[in-house]
Amino acid sequence: MKPSPFAYSAPASLDEALEVLEQVGADGKVLAGGQSLVPILNMRLAAPAHVVDINRVGGLAHVTVEDGAVLVGALARHAEVERDDAARAALPLLGQALRLVAHPVIRNRGTTVGSLAHADPSGEMTAVLALTGGSVSAARRGSTRDIAAADFFLGPLESALEPGELAVSARFPRLPARTGTTFVEVARRHGDYAMCGVAAAVTLDDAGAVTAARAAYISMSPTPVVLDLGEAVAGRAPADADWAAAADLAVGQLEPEADIHATAHYRSHLARVLTARALAEAAGRAA
Amino acid sequence: MTTTDGSAAAEALHAVRLRVNGVWHEARVPARRLLSDFLRHDLRLSGTHVGCEHGVCGACTVLLDGQPVRSCLMLAVGARDHEVTTVEGLGTPDDMHPVQQAFRECHGLQCGFCTPGFLTTAAAFIEENPDPSEDEAREAVSGNLCRCTGYQNIVASVLRAAEIAREDRA
Repeated sequence: MKPSPFAYSAPASLDEALEVLEQVGADGKVLAGGQSLVPILNMRLAAPAHVVDINRVGGLAHVTVEDGAVLVGALARHAEVERDDAARAALPLLGQALRLVAHPVIRNRGTTVGSLAHADPSGEMTAVLALTGGSVSAARRGSTRDIAAADFFLGPLESALEPGELAVSARFPRLPARTGTTFVEVARRHGDYAMCGVAAAVTLDDAGAVTAARAAYISMSPTPVVLDLGEAVAGRAPADADWAAAADLAVGQLEPEADIHATAHYRSHLARVLTARALAEAAGRAA
Repeated sequence: MTTTDGSAAAEALHAVRLRVNGVWHEARVPARRLLSDFLRHDLRLSGTHVGCEHGVCGACTVLLDGQPVRSCLMLAVGARDHEVTTVEGLGTPDDMHPVQQAFRECHGLQCGFCTPGFLTTAAAFIEENPDPSEDEAREAVSGNLCRCTGYQNIVASVLRAAEIAREDRA
């Protein structure tokens, strides 16, 4: 199908973009990479009166490492973040998650900040923002605010961004020293949305014992959920840690829903298997 | 767009100028014209095929400034000032691109509907990775669907294309 008619602007600067967004208010929709928005327009699941294409705005395509965090601009494509050596070195979880985002061709166009703004509960990058305790910088005419991950995702496909606001960048803080990470998921087909996905981070102390173990989940709840699983494994060396107990602890706190792709029971089963696998793998990388 | 009396209201047109297969084109199109439709209907370049129109099948893949992208997930106005390469721009019957030679040699197509998307995707891939493993080749075309399910020969074609390109360079 084809999109419904809409008014279109392609502002050339951030000031101009924020001015247009203020004018169009709730009738406006921001177009960045378009890999989620354009399918929705094509299928007429949404018919915004005004599309504001930010692809011509300068200064938004950066990927930089500073102040202990990776900063990603609104126009940085997933592929650009994935290929950025400094960003991957600072926060390996970025690359571990991005390789699971759709297919390479989609990542050439889709933006990391756009996938956060889209707030799809099965979007891998939502879990990365949540697990790292990151934030999104939202600009409107005359002001900018930082929205913490915990406050950013309100529900499925619903972020805290308000009419007139533009997500200009995302900040992914680096994790403590001796922290290993991974991202694992199970999807029906390679590149599809995961039925369950787990981002894990495990931190060891100087003696090699686990001091912290956390996991963030996608496709398990309306917004990404972060669980502290440290109590099940803290103080043990990774080889002696009871990852299955940590997985049980996680599954007890998750309440997945059924849909056409998987039953709630099957999602819980996946969460149990993937949590144990992810924590063990992350711990192996922390050593 | 319809008015209250049901008659069609004129949609605003936007000027686009973009280079397709080395040739600059100018046109005035509604903002909602997809790049895939612009190529097929406005420029009459029907080599780009449209399958699912929501980014899943990969048949409409073209190169935007050398990078494979879904043309059904881009607005034509969004391609303004950019360089687009369609399957027509890869090669000619007398001077085929290595991927086209390889797909012919290895029987990499059956009905041919998905082929333009595979060719553009593979052309960019072997440029980036001149000596891929079978797994890498499979991953590279994982976003393209072939409903004839001829994947074994398609993967063989991608590997053969990389080989031909390496021979050409040698």
